[in-house]
Amino acid sequence: MSAERHLTRRAFGSGLALFGLGGTTAFAQGFAGLGNDATGFAPVVPGRQLVFPADFGAHPAFRIEWWYLTANLVDSGGAAYGAQWTLFRQALAPPPQREGWASQQIWMGHAAVTSAATHRFAETFARGGTGQAGVEAAPFHAWIDTWDMAAIASMSDATIAALQLTAQGEDFSYALRLDAAQPLVLQGDGGYSRKSERGQASYYFSQPYYKARGQITLGDKPIPVSGQAWMDREWSSQPLASNQTGWDWFSLHLRSGEKVMLFRLRQTDGQNYFAGNWIDRDGHSTQLPPAAIVMRPTATTDIGNRRLPTQWHIAIEERGLGIDCVPLNAQSWMGTRFPYWEGPIACSGSHAGVGYLEMTGY
Amino acid sequence: MSRALWILAVLLSHWRRHPMQFITLMTGLVAATALWSGVQALNQQARASYDRAAAMFGGARSAMLIDPAHATFPQQLFVALRRAGWPVSPMIEERVQIGGRSFRLLGIDPVTLPPETAAISMIGKSELPSFIAPPGQTLVAPETLRELGLREGASPTLNDAIVLPPLKLQPQLAPGVLVMDIGAAQRALNKPDQVSQLLVGRQAQGPRTALASIVGDRLQFMAPDAESDLARLTDSFHLNLTAFGLLSFLVGLFIVNSAIGLTFEQRLPTLRTLRACGASSRMLNTALVAELVVIALVAGLIGLVGGYLIAAALLPDVVASLRGLYGAHVPGQLTLAPQWWLAGLAMSVIGALAAAAASLFKVARLPVLAAAKPAAWHEAQRGWLRLQGALALTMIAASAGFFWLGDSLISGFAVLAALMLGAALALPVVLDAVLSFGARRARGPLVNWSWADSRQQLPGLSLALMALLLALAVNVGVGTMVESFRVTFLRWLDGRLVADIYLNATTDAQAADIKAWLGRRADVEAVLPSGRAEVQIDGAPVEIMGLADHATYRERWPLLLASANVWDRLRAGDAALVSEQLARRLKLDVGGRLQAPTPLGPWSLDVVGIYADYGNPKGQFAVNINALIRHFPATPQTRFGLRVAPAHVAEVIRALRTTFDLDSRQLADQATVKAESRRVFKRTFAVTKALNAFTLGVAGVALLTSLLTLGNARLPQLAPLWAIGLTRRNLAGLELMKTMAVALLTALLALPLGLAVAWCLIAVVNVKAFGWRLPFHVFPMQLLTLLGVAMLAALCATLLPVLKLARMQPAKLIRIFADER
Repeated sequence: MSAERHLTRRAFGSGLALFGLGGTTAFAQGFAGLGNDATGFAPVVPGRQLVFPADFGAHPAFRIEWWYLTANLVDSGGAAYGAQWTLFRQALAPPPQREGWASQQIWMGHAAVTSAATHRFAETFARGGTGQAGVEAAPFHAWIDTWDMAAIASMSDATIAALQLTAQGEDFSYALRLDAAQPLVLQGDGGYSRKSERGQASYYFSQPYYKARGQITLGDKPIPVSGQAWMDREWSSQPLASNQTGWDWFSLHLRSGEKVMLFRLRQTDGQNYFAGNWIDRDGHSTQLPPAAIVMRPTATTDIGNRRLPTQWHIAIEERGLGIDCVPLNAQSWMGTRFPYWEGPIACSGSHAGVGYLEMTGY
Repeated sequence: MSRALWILAVLLSHWRRHPMQFITLMTGLVAATALWSGVQALNQQARASYDRAAAMFGGARSAMLIDPAHATFPQQLFVALRRAGWPVSPMIEERVQIGGRSFRLLGIDPVTLPPETAAISMIGKSELPSFIAPPGQTLVAPETLRELGLREGASPTLNDAIVLPPLKLQPQLAPGVLVMDIGAAQRALNKPDQVSQLLVGRQAQGPRTALASIVGDRLQFMAPDAESDLARLTDSFHLNLTAFGLLSFLVGLFIVNSAIGLTFEQRLPTLRTLRACGASSRMLNTALVAELVVIALVAGLIGLVGGYLIAAALLPDVVASLRGLYGAHVPGQLTLAPQWWLAGLAMSVIGALAAAAASLFKVARLPVLAAAKPAAWHEAQRGWLRLQGALALTMIAASAGFFWLGDSLISGFAVLAALMLGAALALPVVLDAVLSFGARRARGPLVNWSWADSRQQLPGLSLALMALLLALAVNVGVGTMVESFRVTFLRWLDGRLVADIYLNATTDAQAADIKAWLGRRADVEAVLPSGRAEVQIDGAPVEIMGLADHATYRERWPLLLASANVWDRLRAGDAALVSEQLARRLKLDVGGRLQAPTPLGPWSLDVVGIYADYGNPKGQFAVNINALIRHFPATPQTRFGLRVAPAHVAEVIRALRTTFDLDSRQLADQATVKAESRRVFKRTFAVTKALNAFTLGVAGVALLTSLLTLGNARLPQLAPLWAIGLTRRNLAGLELMKTMAVALLTALLALPLGLAVAWCLIAVVNVKAFGWRLPFHVFPMQLLTLLGVAMLAALCATLLPVLKLARMQPAKLIRIFADER
């Protein structure tokens, strides 16, 4: 088991092992430390009211944080594409915040474009304190190197729209405009998202209603696209329990206009911790009882020496949902320094729709 | 299978009856493998350490952005470039003094460092958080730790004031370097938010905006390898070593070839008997090859041990040479990669097979029923000689062609190689011509027979003589070059070291104090301030030296070429003296113009003179010191030379040392500097000399073994003479004279060839390798000595077989005479 396998986007922050501590042992220490060693970092407590636009910005007192956007797109011929834009922040040490190069903040950016035939990705790193990467709450602007997620003038704090999103890698790039009419959505219980029975949790809100329009470029080929996008904002100081090894996470845009967020945290004892929210057409979000969620792999794909469950059956009986999800490209492997699977999916069954699947720890 | 073993046993029995042949064969293989792998071990060691240095962040392997005048610049440019798509990583680098020793302090940003700079793994092991978070870490190589005299975890102090992050051992690092986080480095150097270069990674995130549109002309792009890089600088040195190693290897193979040739010839009856007994040709050949491979493997192993010992013995000199010539740090502890052992064994086996190829081929085509014909194993073949002559002419023509058309170091060596090979191939032809000329003039039967017999003997000896010729020619060539260099260098050093005392103060303030103090002393005749700056011209670093306007220089500074009033022109501040290396590289001549970037804009200078600057890998030009400070205001004004009457030198140094607390690195008298330079010089060529001696020794062994093997084969020719009435003593004397005469002829031919080699080294190879050309001197005494050594080697080689002949039982001669008739 390599150390990287355990690293998830949610666990990026757990990576006290960001660059160093490459070994499994070292990682395990850092990982295990998460459950009880958030000393000095700000705690995640239930009942905190999220405040906008302040919470669009960075929370350096918390250990980890991310700005995560996934888009399901189609071109004029109806061919499907996916785009991913992610900015992670990790604090190597608890407050007080240090200035300049001494800053304990490390930033990591991931970007990807997926089609049925290709999956291209890029990553980049930056330190806090220099301006190479950062996030400002108002006017909202998140950036690392050339990659931007920025408010277009007159952005509404209620919808966190409109935004301009750009990223480029060696062999791809994209520029998308994101508009939304519905307000953003608090995940979990009013923005408090529980991650284990032991009390690990994060602050978590989303904007699942983005309409995306723009252009992606694969190689030299520009492709005008449009579709739907989903933004996740999450921050925490101890997001995972020590016995949790990985993560399967779904964001679904159902054709009915409803949105579903589901995840399963896999544990060393073979048990899973389920959670999810059902979001209706006008943005009303309801937490799903863990027992109501069925997530079952139906087929696997081998990537390198890893075996990943890329097709799933998902059922939520109380909502009349029973669907099968297939990936647009089963090889949507993010071969970044902390590798994981992340790619667009399509669902059929009781409901049709598209979405994104992320799988870590395989 | 058992049949094959029997065949092998029969073949091996030959060595029991001829132990001398076995020893000869082993000697050849061991010598070849030992010299070759010894040289390879030295090269490998040095290259590995260059890799260590180059793999360092900011080594010449990565592209870089720098300030054209080598100044630091705001790190905001780094952010601007990152935001514009440039995969850059900031660095700050400066030389610092700790305890009077100089180190390279390097501040890096491990997070943005391009993966190809191999630094990630280096930092990885030491944990990012503890590297970047205060107090941070100072990564050092074990050698640096020793030099600092501190333990891991201790914090060195800079200028008695700034405490550096705690030391941490990092074995992959190059010696003499202190690596820390860029933030810590900026603090230590008191340059907040300043960087000195940006490494440009290879992996771009899509298209990048044009450099000029982001930073204007503030920064200059330097392609990878544009900066002179140790590996490239020292290439010529290693090429030299490799050439020597290869030469020794070939000479060793000559020995192997003659030993194997004889063995096979003597075994022909055995082989025929084996064939007649039913051993197939294929099986016989397989057994022969297997035997040879086993011998080669054993000899190769012994040779590798020898190679290791040679390398270990030469390493201190190589280390000193590389440090003296190029400032390259190579660890003095020999470490060898497994490939080295494998390559050495492979060389031994391949060499043995190559040397045996002709003999093996002959055996493969052996007719079963042909009568045994144990005559001399080579027959004089006029056709073969003619072919060899034609080949020799072709090689010499090729050498001329390389000289005419080539323009690189490699082509310089090609000139040498073709010339030497041509000369070696021509040797038998020339000797044959001389001997046949002598035979025609000869009076009396015995003399006539002697000439003719020498000619007849020639094919058997020619390989050994070729080896002798090559070894001697290389010795003459290298000896002449080293001597030329020594004479020139010492003369140049006398002129160049104009001051009596050299002083480098710690700070500008201290320098001002010292200057004032010196002004009050009557025994100091003059204070000559000097200064140095470094710029980039055409992508390579160039030093600028500031010289005071003083009569001392006018009188003593040696110039190769100069215009009229050169020193007055220099004082005006718009003229420069250019080093020979720089002049050659930029194709500058007196009267030309030189453009140098400075912090205050480009500086245009008239070239008014060219001077020799031996041993400096960097280009250099000299200007007036005041002009230098005007254009480079940041130049430290801490260096000066003092003119002091010889009687007062010691007193002034003592006073300076006690008053200003200067150590020996900051304060030195001329004699010490000169002695140090001479010492470096001497060690530089110590390796060359040692390899030279080795090669000559191997050539001597080649001659000995050829004569030994020839000795037995020639007995049938000598037996009739003995039967006619010549005494054994007479015969032995005749043999000795003939061999010595042939050796003398070869040695005499080697002298002009050696001088040609020396000229090639001086006029072609040195110019390409170092950028300077020495005046060519011939040293007759040296040539005579070498001639004497060569004759001594030949005498030693001849003596053993001749003594054997002199003491041979008459009965044996009778038997041979009877058998042969």
